[in-house]
Amino acid sequence: MSASALPLATLFAEGRLDTTAAFVLAGVLGLAFGFWLERAGFSSSRRLTGVFYGRDFAVIQVMFSAIVTALLGLRGLVTLGLVDAATVYQMETFLGPQVVGGLIFGVGFVMGGWCPGTALVGLASGKGDALVFLGGAALGSLAYAFAWPSLASFSTAGACGVCTLPERFDLSPGVTTLLVVAVALAAFVVVEVLAARRARAQA
Amino acid sequence: MNAPLAPAPQRFWNPYLAGVGLGLTLLLSFVTLGTGLGASGAIARGAAQATHVVAPQAVESNGYLGAWFEGGPALRHYLVFMAGGVLVGGFLSARAARRARFQVERGPTASVRHRLVLALVGGVLVGFASRMAGGCTSGQSLTGGALLLDGSWAFTMAVFAGGFGAAWFVRKEWN
Repeated sequence: MSASALPLATLFAEGRLDTTAAFVLAGVLGLAFGFWLERAGFSSSRRLTGVFYGRDFAVIQVMFSAIVTALLGLRGLVTLGLVDAATVYQMETFLGPQVVGGLIFGVGFVMGGWCPGTALVGLASGKGDALVFLGGAALGSLAYAFAWPSLASFSTAGACGVCTLPERFDLSPGVTTLLVVAVALAAFVVVEVLAARRARAQA
Repeated sequence: MNAPLAPAPQRFWNPYLAGVGLGLTLLLSFVTLGTGLGASGAIARGAAQATHVVAPQAVESNGYLGAWFEGGPALRHYLVFMAGGVLVGGFLSARAARRARFQVERGPTASVRHRLVLALVGGVLVGFASRMAGGCTSGQSLTGGALLLDGSWAFTMAVFAGGFGAAWFVRKEWN
């Protein structure tokens, strides 16, 4: 388990996330992140919100493919001993604010047409509505910060530490991974059927 | 604006291919940075830094923002550099595919004003909710989802529930 013996030591594990090396690396990863979001068509708010009207399912297709790819890749690297899972930062679970925040986020997503990352890509491709959305997101962040005295107690509601699906459902990580892949594949089949049905109805 | 000889924008790439590309980027971030991808943190830090220019005391004494200024400016953070990369990467991709042009995208019957008002309100909600949840669709749904974190999956399901629940009320904006 000693990090030094592993071929891949992360900047997080070395406590170097605040160094120039991390900033350069984050910038390069951001380049790829922005490229793929734009290639996926996520510089279009109509495409992003299309999922909520059964018009376009790219959000589900892209999101689940990305999650499954990273999940299988990371599990593979850990299994081969190339990466120590403990060198990857994992967020703690706070179920209360994550569920309530998720609900508010979803409402804002369909209203505003963007999420933060896609709004950056939208702005980069010239969308005025993305700029306005980002201004709103900046104001919303500040609103949260200045309402902090009354929100602080709720911010830890449902605290669980680092909590994972395998622990929650008492399954092995391998079985959980297979289940996530199965759910993703099922979702792909469903949206392909829905899209084909829609194409026939329009023909 | 009217350029009759300009070639048409290219089609978007296959969503599964783009998803795999995005997933490999996330995987690369896991094994090099040791953290996943993120976007909302940079926006919040930008907002905090801008406020700091006019009201440094209010920001530094704020219980939520104060810690961001302890080691220097709030913008001195890897997520800010990542967001800068997203802007550049998005621009280069849009430019290469001839998709970069100024517009306000909306449904066929929605006015620009209608669209921009809802973009602002939606932005405020998303900015607020991202701080509450400790991340957005990048930091929670993609990153936490791939790490099998239960809170991130709960967040993602709540996002879809909120979106589907509110979609009917804003249908004129899009359809």
